[in-house]
Amino acid sequence: MEAIVDQPRVHYINKEYGVKSWLLTVDHKRIALLYLASVTLFFFLGGAFAVALRLELMTPQGDLMQAETYNRMFTMHGVVMVFFFLIPGIPAVLGNFLVPLMIGARDLAFPRLNLLSWYIYNVGAIFTLYAIISGGVDTGWTFYTPYSTTYSSSNVLLTGIGIFITGFSSILTGLNFIVTIHTMRAPGMTWFRLPLFIWSHYATSLIMILGTPVVAITVLLLALERIARVGIFDPALGGDPILFQHLFWFYSHPAVYIMVLPAMGVVSELIANFARKNIFGYKFVAFASMAIAVFGFLVWGHHMFTSSQSVYAGMIFSFLSFAVAIPSAVKVFNWTATLYKSSISYSTPLLYALGFIGLFTIGGMTGLFLAAAGLDIHVHDTYFVVAHFHYVMVGGTLMAYMGGLHYWWPKITGRMYPEGWAKFSALIIFVGFNLTFFPQFILGYQGMPRRYYAYPPEFQVLNVMSTAGASILGFGVLFPMVYFVWSMRYGKVPADNPWGAFGLEWQTSSPPPTENFKQTPVVTWEAYEFSPRDKMEILGLRGVEETKV
Amino acid sequence: MEDTHSVKGLAHHFDDMEQQREAGTLGMWAFLITEIMFFGGLFMAYILYRSKYPEAFSSASGHLNWRLGAANTVVLIVSSLTMALAVYYSQTGNKRLLITMLVLTMILGATFLVVKGFEYHTKWVDHLIPGFGFEWHLAGDPQKVQMFYFIYFAMTGIHALHMVVGLGIMAVILRMAMKDRFTQTYHSPVEISGLYWHFVDIVWIFLFPLLYLLGAHEGH
Repeated sequence: MEAIVDQPRVHYINKEYGVKSWLLTVDHKRIALLYLASVTLFFFLGGAFAVALRLELMTPQGDLMQAETYNRMFTMHGVVMVFFFLIPGIPAVLGNFLVPLMIGARDLAFPRLNLLSWYIYNVGAIFTLYAIISGGVDTGWTFYTPYSTTYSSSNVLLTGIGIFITGFSSILTGLNFIVTIHTMRAPGMTWFRLPLFIWSHYATSLIMILGTPVVAITVLLLALERIARVGIFDPALGGDPILFQHLFWFYSHPAVYIMVLPAMGVVSELIANFARKNIFGYKFVAFASMAIAVFGFLVWGHHMFTSSQSVYAGMIFSFLSFAVAIPSAVKVFNWTATLYKSSISYSTPLLYALGFIGLFTIGGMTGLFLAAAGLDIHVHDTYFVVAHFHYVMVGGTLMAYMGGLHYWWPKITGRMYPEGWAKFSALIIFVGFNLTFFPQFILGYQGMPRRYYAYPPEFQVLNVMSTAGASILGFGVLFPMVYFVWSMRYGKVPADNPWGAFGLEWQTSSPPPTENFKQTPVVTWEAYEFSPRDKMEILGLRGVEETKV
Repeated sequence: MEDTHSVKGLAHHFDDMEQQREAGTLGMWAFLITEIMFFGGLFMAYILYRSKYPEAFSSASGHLNWRLGAANTVVLIVSSLTMALAVYYSQTGNKRLLITMLVLTMILGATFLVVKGFEYHTKWVDHLIPGFGFEWHLAGDPQKVQMFYFIYFAMTGIHALHMVVGLGIMAVILRMAMKDRFTQTYHSPVEISGLYWHFVDIVWIFLFPLLYLLGAHEGH
């Protein structure tokens, strides 16, 4: 905090001090920072479980841990990363900070609900942490029945309660975004002038409010079945385990889009701003977000090709899963077209965005392999699947999250990150990531199943490569942690708009004042209106100052 | 800008009352959509097992007291009327009738819960609580009948919980009304709470026939 004492201007960070001013704040920017702290904590906790997994898998036999422990480790890695990092990550941190700023509002529509959502997240987190400390859970993050309801003796109930509670923080965030985007846009900020970040958060929010309640009731039924021993999902008691899979994936497949849509929003911002060009086919990219949200709800059955789901249902789900690839590909093509013949500056955020495009493409294309019912039966529950979703979740979401954090860091903290170190760690993360997960495609294709603590010796070379990559990746994510904290005190103080960007969030000071804007901005320009403005500046017709509202 | 913020009931981050009302209403609608999805999972389970085990479900349903269920349906429909009238009187600024209608709504809501409590008590006496000494000697496989009661208690229990929350909301609205918080320009909290109240009523309108009337044709 002392770091900003030399800046006399009052902004949202130095307006008030003390624990109370943070824990009772209703300022969306402060709540974003509270979320940043919680989410970072869980990211490193989930990472620690990953380290344990990769260490065990260095050798074919179970030497570091036995099956029971390993089952708990991969379950807790999945639970922590999915529910406590990937889902809230970008929306609750960057989205919370930027949605009001980007549309020219003073706050989200329901500031107190926003704070409440952070508390709900933490209450759920405490339940889950307690479940982890008191022995953990071993069902896999998917909680398949009847193992989870009848046979598992681990802390299924506590973890379930934790996830049930945390779900409501996600619902509240989504609800808040939808209402804010509908009702609180500044004068002149029409729907098609919205930054694509906002479009993708709108689509994400739709999934959050439509999908999350379904997983909530599913987990509740699971908990009730475990307590009362009455069949809903356990076939021995008259229930139907496939019902659980349907209900679970009805949320958990769209949840994948909760993770990746906001990432796509971040990448759109980064590409436009570092290519100094309007996004090619703005409306297509905007509608692609909505299409992904809608189609995303119709494809859950592709997780169930090997269950007793009907073959015809499988064919339809397979077809619809291919259909989701269309809007996703529209985005990738349009980003690439935006970069074509543009004036690119290779700053750290753009490196992450480029990493995203490449890795997401691989993750998405291998997703098509898995959507093909025939091929999926061969690679179902193998490392091919593990590699596929890590390319989307880590290669996609984490890359965009890191890129976004770097890009908006000067906006959030009023300090610049060290560019050299940042580029170095972006490179390390990229290399480490690919070394970790690319070998897993091969392992899976050769038939190594996921979720086993031991494997035949012929798989060892690729597994050692993967573990080596994971250690590089681990160091890669530690660097930013260190230099971000360092920069809060020692980083250079940048201009209010260090990137020369035209989004509304850059038109106010950095860090912004609590009320975001001195006066409500009036928007008279299109989103990403780089070309005409840049030209006019060159011609001397318009100064940068004039663009400030 | 500053002067607009002195308007009674306007939060700092909204420009005007209209924007605030719009945001509140849309927020409640969005919330109700999540509620539909939440109950949707239960309806899905109900549909699946009702079609899988029709005899057991019909027999189990026949044992529910449809007269109490029907009475409760009437109670809730009337409470929806009083709620709608409460909204009307808040718009016309009639404080006395607004308070009367809110109190009536709360009394009807409480009546529903009391009747429900009696029903639950009968089930407890008859050993029909799933998982806690469940016994069944009439027609139908006891295991499947127990599944019906499991779904019955899950659905009506969550519905009753929503009623309790609704009563809490009404208590807050009543307090605000008595403290003269509402004016003819500021009454959106009454409208928004009304949306919630009607939603909870509508859920019951679906629950009653699905749960109580399944076995009715068998002459129970």
